[in-house]
Amino acid sequence: MTAVAATAWDVARIRDDFPILLQRLAGDRPLVYLDTAATAQKPQVVVDKVVEALTLYNSNVHRGIHQLGDRMTTELEAARETIQRFLNAAEPDEVVFTSGTTMALNLVAHGWARKFLKPGDEILVNEMEHHANLVPWQLAAQATGAVLQYLPLTADGRLDLSQLDQHLSDRTKLVAVTGMSNVLGTINSIGELARRAHSVGAKIVVDAAQSVPHQATDVRALDVDFLAFSGHKLYGPTGVGVLYARRELLEAMDPFLAGGHMIREVFHDHSTWADPPAKFEAGTAPFVEAVALGAAVEYVTTLGFDRIHAQEQALLEHANRLLSAIPGVTIYGPGIEHKGAIISFTVDGVHPHDLADLLDREGVAIRAGHHCTMPLHDRLQLAATARASLAFYNTHEEVETLAVAIRNARRVFRLPD
Amino acid sequence: VKPAVSDRLADIYDEHVLDHFESPYHKGRLACASCEHSDRNPICGDQITVQLQINDGKVAEAYFDGKGCAISQAAASMLCEHVEGKTLDQLQQMAAKDMLELLQVPLTPSRQKCGLLAWKVLKTLVYAQTHPPGPSTTDPGAGR
Repeated sequence: MTAVAATAWDVARIRDDFPILLQRLAGDRPLVYLDTAATAQKPQVVVDKVVEALTLYNSNVHRGIHQLGDRMTTELEAARETIQRFLNAAEPDEVVFTSGTTMALNLVAHGWARKFLKPGDEILVNEMEHHANLVPWQLAAQATGAVLQYLPLTADGRLDLSQLDQHLSDRTKLVAVTGMSNVLGTINSIGELARRAHSVGAKIVVDAAQSVPHQATDVRALDVDFLAFSGHKLYGPTGVGVLYARRELLEAMDPFLAGGHMIREVFHDHSTWADPPAKFEAGTAPFVEAVALGAAVEYVTTLGFDRIHAQEQALLEHANRLLSAIPGVTIYGPGIEHKGAIISFTVDGVHPHDLADLLDREGVAIRAGHHCTMPLHDRLQLAATARASLAFYNTHEEVETLAVAIRNARRVFRLPD
Repeated sequence: VKPAVSDRLADIYDEHVLDHFESPYHKGRLACASCEHSDRNPICGDQITVQLQINDGKVAEAYFDGKGCAISQAAASMLCEHVEGKTLDQLQQMAAKDMLELLQVPLTPSRQKCGLLAWKVLKTLVYAQTHPPGPSTTDPGAGR
């Protein structure tokens, strides 16, 4: 904290890196972007990297025996190494480029789960998972005869680790868990879950789409087997994501998508596979996006996760305090000491969809809906919630604007102050 | 702090919409409906059930039930009020623009999904009534 205080967080300078944040919306209102958990805005260095790749050395990777092809391939592999260091993976070849978190998790569900799970095996999930880290396991269970087990949540929306023993056994082959809930903001104890999973011989797969942008991720310190995230939530482009997996797992797994680049040799009736990561990168990779994701990772690494985390937690504390003081507001999830920079809430008498619409009129962009977590919303007995998600480029003034806009929305619905 | 309502006077949350939302017409269940149909907007979770009691090809009573935003619920209320006394023939003629005209407020494409949910439920229901024996009007996924 002292290091952070010593280097004051100059949010105005940070915002200059994000031209989209500087625009005015209808009615000359400034944009208050509180929807980073849906997709993060892109710093200019990422936009520049896309333009650079497209205008200077666009060429298919791993193919062209020419200068452009060499340059793009070099850039792509440099991005892979940047991501390897970012995750502290043992080697670059443990970084598989995918189209995003969803594809990365499906890759594990097809390449690993369908190959290794047997009838009666168990997959431990829980109700806070995004559909992307739940539905692939439902399908894998149906295909293999494995069974889903649900680790209960506490009343305040954390994993109930006191019940872990009852739900983990030698039947458990996989623990699928989010690093940070995209609704409740809950940050899960991945290191402890990995240790407990391994103690019964299970693997752990982490949906890190929400956690990777907010805190340092060390796959070796956490000792996770699989970890997936998306580029676009990490200030990078859409269409690219990453699956990290330990080398021996990637070697043991079956390919997911088949086609070009993932083969060693193709015969008339069968084929053999390339080594990882190529084995899982069939077809033309989103190489421009992957190169720009490397730039995004360098950008957040340079800012530093200590400072990012400190700024975001300060914004979260502020938002939590202001929203709690508004009549009729209910905030979901645990106390801020257990969560990242996401606040999901409802306002009595104002449907989240109406709230999002009214906030938009004041330039405040939030998300409303079930956020791809229908089982969690069933548990909360809600069809929808409103969600404000914060990033290091947000300001305390924006948090205040959010609170004022919620109060104004209540007035539109004729609710007393 | 003064609410920024000046630019909302001609806006979608006008008295007409809020009145229907707060005091809906025929929200509830009919004891003996001739037919009913439910659907939901999978994106936002809005959910509407429309029930009709039909006598001699005319809507004697229309009720709706559901959960959702002010636009979807107000639209359902306006629709129930509008369709009573109409023939099934007339309901078949009712187009999306007629529903949007009932609402009287301008809706962006994303909010039109809310404003048209009850109308879509009604159209499916009427289609099933006018195309017997037809498939079941109850969508197995609609109760979610």
